[in-house]
Amino acid sequence: MTLETRLRRRRAAGHKLLMPYVTGGVTAGWLDHLRAFADAGADAIEVGLPFSDPTVDGATIQEATHRALARGATTRSVLADLADLAGAAADVPLVASTYYNLVVHAGPQRFCAALRDAGVSGLIVPDLPLDEADELADAAAVASVDLVLLAAPTTPPPRLAQIAQRSRGFVYAVSVMGTTGERTTVADSAEALANRLRDATDRPVLVGFGISTAQHAVHAARSADGVVVGAALMRQVLDGASPYDVGGYLARMRRALDQAAHPTD
Amino acid sequence: MTDVLQRVRAAGMGDPGRTGRFGRYGGGYVPESLVETCRQVAEEFRQAWSDPGFRESLTRLLTVHAGRPTPLTPASRLSTELGIQLLLKREDLTHTGSHKINNALGQALLARRMGRSRLIAETGAGQHGVATATAAALLGLRATVFMGERDIERQALNVFRMQLLGAEVVPVGTGSRTLSDATSQAMRHWVGVTDQAHYCIGSVVGPHPYPWMVRTFQRVIGDEARGQCARELTSAVPDYVVACVGGGSNAAGTFAGFVDTSARLVGVEAAGGAGAAHGRDGVLHGARSRFLQDDGGQIVEAHSIAAGLDYPGVGPEHAHLRDLGRARYEAVSDDEAVAAVIRLARTEGIVAALESAHALAWVIRAAGAGELPPGATVLLTLSGRGDKDVAALKDRSALKEPA
Repeated sequence: MTLETRLRRRRAAGHKLLMPYVTGGVTAGWLDHLRAFADAGADAIEVGLPFSDPTVDGATIQEATHRALARGATTRSVLADLADLAGAAADVPLVASTYYNLVVHAGPQRFCAALRDAGVSGLIVPDLPLDEADELADAAAVASVDLVLLAAPTTPPPRLAQIAQRSRGFVYAVSVMGTTGERTTVADSAEALANRLRDATDRPVLVGFGISTAQHAVHAARSADGVVVGAALMRQVLDGASPYDVGGYLARMRRALDQAAHPTD
Repeated sequence: MTDVLQRVRAAGMGDPGRTGRFGRYGGGYVPESLVETCRQVAEEFRQAWSDPGFRESLTRLLTVHAGRPTPLTPASRLSTELGIQLLLKREDLTHTGSHKINNALGQALLARRMGRSRLIAETGAGQHGVATATAAALLGLRATVFMGERDIERQALNVFRMQLLGAEVVPVGTGSRTLSDATSQAMRHWVGVTDQAHYCIGSVVGPHPYPWMVRTFQRVIGDEARGQCARELTSAVPDYVVACVGGGSNAAGTFAGFVDTSARLVGVEAAGGAGAAHGRDGVLHGARSRFLQDDGGQIVEAHSIAAGLDYPGVGPEHAHLRDLGRARYEAVSDDEAVAAVIRLARTEGIVAALESAHALAWVIRAAGAGELPPGATVLLTLSGRGDKDVAALKDRSALKEPA
């Protein structure tokens, strides 16, 4: 079953979608964080494949990336770890995210085949806009990996429609003009972008960048189908929080989203 | 050669079109948040460059403020020693002391035309930062310059010059704390301020339209030099055209003036940052080009005594010229560059920047090895002057020995 099919099913069942992020290899026991996310009710989990020059990421994800690289994490080692997943975590779709250099280095076909072999069903490449995506989109399709495209607050309407049409899995709505990282509020641009995307497509729309609290998640998910949560979780991981604690934080987001979707439950 | 020239004319050192491709290199690998901004910059630049008023304004700034045209200086004593005829294109004599001012003035003028109030820049050796700060002050813009902490330490004089000109210098403490990290940080900052700030990239790197735009602003070097060589040389065109390459802006500007001639083009990189010579295909800072990488695809830190060459890749057009065989790229060590600075200083009375000294070092090596035939005519672009490097040179033991 594809990533998109699974997300559509969850949405059809009345759920708002919740996708936490973890940097692959950030700690020795990083898979325990991933398992905790699965236990907390994640609908999909984004796994960052560390790259030396993460130009779209703010300070927190940069720090996590550099820590993972310093520990010796590589694309190969992170995917090998993922291939070993078992239990509940194995049932949650995995979405890899990384920068295009790692794809070019391996070659798009080899890269996508390696994702598929590791059980990864989606791919986000934040420095690969629509105009440059043909080669990877073809390779991803062959490997049955959904290539997710991103939309931004400044994306003009005709291009937004193209992105929505070409994206697979879901459309990633970048909430704000900026990098990843915790913020105090959800930007107004997030709601506007999500509404424009939902007018343009039936594909699931997830809002990311700056979703830091349960309140943010509920707010953003009013217009979108769900949220991506990264830096807020990684800050805790970097500060030494246990998988139990970080999972608990995510579980509170899950409950808040469910409560907002079904206030009488 | 004719076949190569035809292909270069068709595919290189011209307008790379709306996709910004030089062969398989170039393009626009930026986050979606920057796509519209890059499109606007490309469109504005295309219009500006075909606007006689814009060209006239730029020419005037280059003339009355930057001091163009720069001279072509015969390096007479060194030529005799080497057995060749060496001509130096003196970008070190521009206002601010390097070729960087050509591009900074062009982009500052463009930024003002686009209604932007700020310039963002990254800098390694500090020369592009100084040029950007200068252009911003001249045109009434604010400037924010990102610079690696390591470069701030070794280029303290240029940091002060930028501050004196009213620019804010932002230290970057990630990664190798040099130019590559400063570039990443400048791009991150740009995403959040695209409506007010123009990112004034300092080399022929980055997403379309930057490699094309920066080369276009820098081709004044090559165009001037071509006319000057025609007057200076009986052959009109030199046998060799040589320039140093970090990202490669002075080389691209110089080569552009000679790419359709029989001159052999040579780009000289730092041995510890030889992206063209030793890099692999990759994508960084918005463009597909050649970058130093490890076996896992991680970008490898570059190392050079010349901060301006401390970049792990080259601009995409250089990668393309290399693939075409139209230009060749050679690597030179720190020691060779330092020796070249000393030799030029003592034969011609010119203290070159360490970046330019790499290009000179290759000429000295090639002449010594007989690779440059006796009597060969060589045009070398001195991209900047060495004031900023005197502290680094003073620390080198080679200088403490008698001449």
